[in-house]
Amino acid sequence: MTTPLVVTRRMIDHPTDSHTIERYEATGGYQQPPRALGMTRDELVETVKDSGLAGRGGAGFSTGLKWSFLAPSRPAYLVVNADESEPGTFKDRQLLERDPHQMLEGLIITGVANEVHHAFIYIRGEYPKPARRVQAAIDDAYARRYLGKGIFGTDYDLEVTVHLGAGAYICGEETALINSLEGLRGEPRLKPPYFPAAKGLYMQPTIVNNVETISALPHLLEMGAEAFSRLGHPLDTGTFMTSISGHVNHPGNYEIPHGITWRQLIYEVAGGIRGDRELKAWIPGGASAPWFVPAVHLDQQITKDVCAEAGSMLGSGAVIVMDETTCVIRAAERIVRFFAHESCGQCTPCREGTTWLEMVLRRLETGQGRPIDLDLMLDVSDGISIGLAWPPRMTTICPLGPSAVSPIIALRDFFREEVMEHVELGRCPLERAEVVA
Amino acid sequence: MPLLYLAMAEEGHLSSEGMEEVARWVEVTPAQVQAVASFYTMYKRERTGRYLISCCTSISCMLLGGDDVLHAIEDESGVPHGETDEKGLLTVEHVECLGACGGAPAVQVNYELIEGVTPDRARDLVRWLSGARPAVVNTDEMQELFGGVRSFDWGPKEGVGAIGPYPAFQPLGTVGSEELP
Repeated sequence: MTTPLVVTRRMIDHPTDSHTIERYEATGGYQQPPRALGMTRDELVETVKDSGLAGRGGAGFSTGLKWSFLAPSRPAYLVVNADESEPGTFKDRQLLERDPHQMLEGLIITGVANEVHHAFIYIRGEYPKPARRVQAAIDDAYARRYLGKGIFGTDYDLEVTVHLGAGAYICGEETALINSLEGLRGEPRLKPPYFPAAKGLYMQPTIVNNVETISALPHLLEMGAEAFSRLGHPLDTGTFMTSISGHVNHPGNYEIPHGITWRQLIYEVAGGIRGDRELKAWIPGGASAPWFVPAVHLDQQITKDVCAEAGSMLGSGAVIVMDETTCVIRAAERIVRFFAHESCGQCTPCREGTTWLEMVLRRLETGQGRPIDLDLMLDVSDGISIGLAWPPRMTTICPLGPSAVSPIIALRDFFREEVMEHVELGRCPLERAEVVA
Repeated sequence: MPLLYLAMAEEGHLSSEGMEEVARWVEVTPAQVQAVASFYTMYKRERTGRYLISCCTSISCMLLGGDDVLHAIEDESGVPHGETDEKGLLTVEHVECLGACGGAPAVQVNYELIEGVTPDRARDLVRWLSGARPAVVNTDEMQELFGGVRSFDWGPKEGVGAIGPYPAFQPLGTVGSEELP
């Protein structure tokens, strides 16, 4: 792997003080905003578009294109989405805690490019320490006039407010996040008619970008669009942070280039499976993504397109690894329970469907399953995500409902026998995994 | 939403009176405030203990024994999840993903995180909270006492922590942000 580290370089080189403004400036920080202030909006948008930078929140949409859609009316707002809550994902926590200034510099660049004078950072409520770190960084940046009135000696004003969430996964969805920022229930808004780029926060044009996306911007400007676009895979540029968890020897966040294989990621980067057990399945892009299994997917390349063709997604980059001792019913139940708990309740297919799926899975797990249960779950799933197509054909306002269907697709495609064994035996056929510390 | 945290900080939980007060400040009806408060799991509308122990049992923590940690906490404290003890000291809950999957299983006390918790260390944690009754709980201190594997290197320690069952972060805006729309 020859791709250089981008967003995690500083925290790896300077583990004791990568979060301080002194270290940040000593390692080339805050050099790019003055350049951005000297460029036009069009130049900045084109640069980001040309770099191929894609959103790292989960959807993987072109950041430059997103910026170009911003409607002309002002004021416009910027919201940094730090509501990281997708099970398996913990990359933004590291970026917020260990290199908050990198995100702030990216925020300034994004703000300047989109003529924003007030930016918000929406951090999930369960992240008080990252929020404290970010606030301390903001205070330091204000003190040096990198934020506030007349930043970097120009007449450009940029205020930043940190907003703490209160425990709702759905607020990671951009329109739910906007409602939450406005002090409302975090329910996603129906789009169309209004997309955030046209009418978002306080019904004004709004850019919503993920922490990792924002954090890449100082490097993008420094390197130039062309050099940045040469990182990673030609069809999927840049590096990305992957959060690996579950039954691997070395769980953690790793910044990797697109294009390596799953085998390399799981067995080399993450050090293989604990206790040398067999790999059973893994989730390639957060709990929302349909699962992969070694017999089919292990030697496939990690890029957006290959993943999509195989019927899943890279999403937030969270990889959850399950070894041979994992009961797939139990794993599926846990994931569906998450979505049932986090469903905002607006759309009937999601509110009812996730709850019923959870109950049927629990019935199977406790040995009360019936032979018809898999078909029953597929039928319920079809009501949430028509035809179980990939990408999902939506019956709901946001993708939360269809996400809950992903484990059911895995049960259908790869683990039908194990489901039937649960029914026939009236219990789980596997002994519970012994935890290898 | 910051006002709801402020109301919680006043009383330790979000009471009807607290929500009515917030409604008066922002000039909406108490029902509207209640509608918002009930949407978010971190606004506790029931009496909550001085220490809120949140144990993650989502997928990654479950794979590495999060359920056993929860059972150990319930057993040691005598408080089933979702409930508070009679003294008002401990509340135990199981929660969905805390963003600490690399250091699974994870537990939070008043939203201050501990990663790599084993059932035995979880019992120690409960005994420590009931015995020492620390005025401030801090993630770095608890990680050192009761934690194990972490998602990533946390870097230097900080002294700030939580004094109640709500996140230890200033609830009202930031420096220089006086012009909120």
